Amino acid sequence: MQNKSTEITVGMFVAAGIAAIFVLALKVSNLAEFNDEVGYKVVAEFENIGGLKVRSAVTMAGVRVGRVESIILNAETYNADVTINLYGNYDMIPVDTAASIYTAGLLGEQYIGLEAGAEDEFLQDGDVIDLTQPALVLEQVIGKFLFSKAEGDD
Amino acid sequence: MIDAIRSLGRWGLSVFERLGRGHLFLFDTLKGVPELFLRFSLVTQQLFSVGVLSVFLILISGLFVGMVLGLQGYNTLVDFGAEESLGVMVSLSLVRELGPVVCALLFAGRAGSALTAEIGLMKSTEQLSGMEMMAVDPMRRVIAPRFLAGFISMPLLAALFSAVGIFGGFLVGHGLLGVDDGAFWSQMQVKTDWYDDVLNGVIKSIVFGFVVTWIALFEGYDATPTSEGVGRATTRTVVHSAFAILGLDFMLTALMFGEE
Amino acid sequence: MPLIKIRDLHFYRGNRAIFEGVNIDIYQGKITAIMGPSGTGKTTLLRLIGGQLRPDRGTIEVDGQNVHKLSHSDLYALRKRMGMLFQSGALLTDLTVFDNVAFPLREHTKLPESMIHDLVLMKLQSVGLRNARDLMPSELSGGMARRVALARAVTLDPMMIMYDEPFTGQDPISMGTLVNLIHRMNDAMDLTSVIVSHDVAETAEIADYIYLLSAGKVIEKGSPVQLKRSSSQWVQQFMQGLPDGPVPFHYPGDTLEDDLFSQKVST
Ligand SMILES: Nc1ncnc2c1ncn2[C@@H]1O[C@H](COP(=O)(O)OP(=O)(O)OP(=O)(O)O)[C@@H](O)[C@H]1O
Ligand SMILES: [Mg+2]
Repeated sequence: MQNKSTEITVGMFVAAGIAAIFVLALKVSNLAEFNDEVGYKVVAEFENIGGLKVRSAVTMAGVRVGRVESIILNAETYNADVTINLYGNYDMIPVDTAASIYTAGLLGEQYIGLEAGAEDEFLQDGDVIDLTQPALVLEQVIGKFLFSKAEGDD
Repeated sequence: MIDAIRSLGRWGLSVFERLGRGHLFLFDTLKGVPELFLRFSLVTQQLFSVGVLSVFLILISGLFVGMVLGLQGYNTLVDFGAEESLGVMVSLSLVRELGPVVCALLFAGRAGSALTAEIGLMKSTEQLSGMEMMAVDPMRRVIAPRFLAGFISMPLLAALFSAVGIFGGFLVGHGLLGVDDGAFWSQMQVKTDWYDDVLNGVIKSIVFGFVVTWIALFEGYDATPTSEGVGRATTRTVVHSAFAILGLDFMLTALMFGEE
Repeated sequence: MPLIKIRDLHFYRGNRAIFEGVNIDIYQGKITAIMGPSGTGKTTLLRLIGGQLRPDRGTIEVDGQNVHKLSHSDLYALRKRMGMLFQSGALLTDLTVFDNVAFPLREHTKLPESMIHDLVLMKLQSVGLRNARDLMPSELSGGMARRVALARAVTLDPMMIMYDEPFTGQDPISMGTLVNLIHRMNDAMDLTSVIVSHDVAETAEIADYIYLLSAGKVIEKGSPVQLKRSSSQWVQQFMQGLPDGPVPFHYPGDTLEDDLFSQKVST
């Protein structure tokens, strides 16, 4: 009673649908970069993170090396503790690496850029990045500029 | 005046009564689903008529929606010098919204109305009663397989729609308008998130598939067993599905993308 | 001990009473006919017996079980032993004649396909439609569809069969065959048959007992011979099919002759 060709076309339909989900996952979205399990975590303390978000990119020389795992307010220093998940294959990042928050393009998303240090020791799971530079908040920049201008005029 | 209030009350009561019946119907349907895995050929048959027969419509529509997005998006983005973000725009629009929603609307029109008409006719020609008297429960034999097939088909169709749509956007963006293909894909990959965008879109389409199939089957099963009654039920399936899809889309979007 | 025992049956459609205190006994191995004017609720009665409708009052027992107190699965188990021939045939329109007759076997048994094949052909042979097995229901005439439905109703060899108007739409030859078939099946398989019919002559020929229903009540009951001798004018009118009598058989209005005549003139 069950038609063979019906079964075959249904099989092809389901396969095509699942393939489409895979395409969306791997080709369209960033699932391919999700190798969290094999990565390691480091913490960087920023004075101000601006518009940085969980899952924002972390790059080094423009290459994506990890992503932001979580952001919490440090209760003692009132700074932001940003936990970064670095991909496992990038295990030769020096301990004196500096982290800064940049903006992609004028209106783009914010991301963390790492600049490699010179130490021979490499960052390990649980390490802290000491050298950080906060996000540039446009209003603050303009405010400082006006302030210094005013002082200079004095 | 009193009459108006009374008729409003009557209308309200009948709406609630139908809602109640609809939920009982859903409950009965779901009860029949587990045993289908022992007789999956029933579902296969329905996957064919519900899913496979909708593929062509979905692919063509998806391609064109994607191409239109490519054109429109380019014209908007180029003013900001951001045409490299075309890929992001196309993929996010499709994966988050248009894929699940347009696909569900098309599904309601193509497969939903067909399901309602089929069940309504089976009812009006006493085929459902006939089955009952042959000790074959139509909820299990007729309704449940169709429900499962609709539920499975919808996310697959929506994924096909989005994938083909993104391809259509790429054809127009890269082939016609000359957007750099590397930028198109890489920007898309950076900004399209698997959880936040793709998975949420898939969840939406699963919800829509559930609701549309439920509405279609219930309208058929509850139809007045006449040709006119079945005709009305078919119309109601399309209208109610459209309302349900758009309303739910708003709620789901608010839930998923609202808090950041 | 009757196989089907109906006591004090009340059933309403909205405010309209279809049955008001009906008592019926249907005995094992007998052919019982339910007769009455169109719209009295004969089909409704069969649906009540089959558990598709609920009585508003009263009980229906089949084989000692109260149909409307059974659980879902018990009711379905009982229905496997009940055959029912629907007035419309109720064939599944997406299956061929063969698959329609095979349907109950495939749903309820695990018989090998070769055996199903033979059983189905035997049943189709008995209703004279073996060679129509590959037709779709839409390609059948009304009479043929009803015969296929009959074949389907007996595939599971039930203990009882309810026939809703089995004779309507049959030519004299297949009518004769059907009457014979029902009679033979009843005797050979020890079936209990309930026949709903308007065809007084054919029904009286094979029925052991007849109930006459009208206006929600049992008007008369008895063997065909008893009914024919009944003194009630109503019964006489019905049994002989007279166009007019104590109960107008037609919906009030113009007579048939007037209608036909006026139409001829106007065209
Ligand atoms: N679904 C329904 N809703 C409301 N009333 C109904 C419904 N079905 C049947 N009726 C009413 O119940 C009455 C009995 O119907 P039923 O079909 O049992 O008659 P019947 O005796 O089988 O007639 P016939 O000999 O023409 O088949 C009819 O007068 C009809 O108007
Ligand atoms: Mg009837």
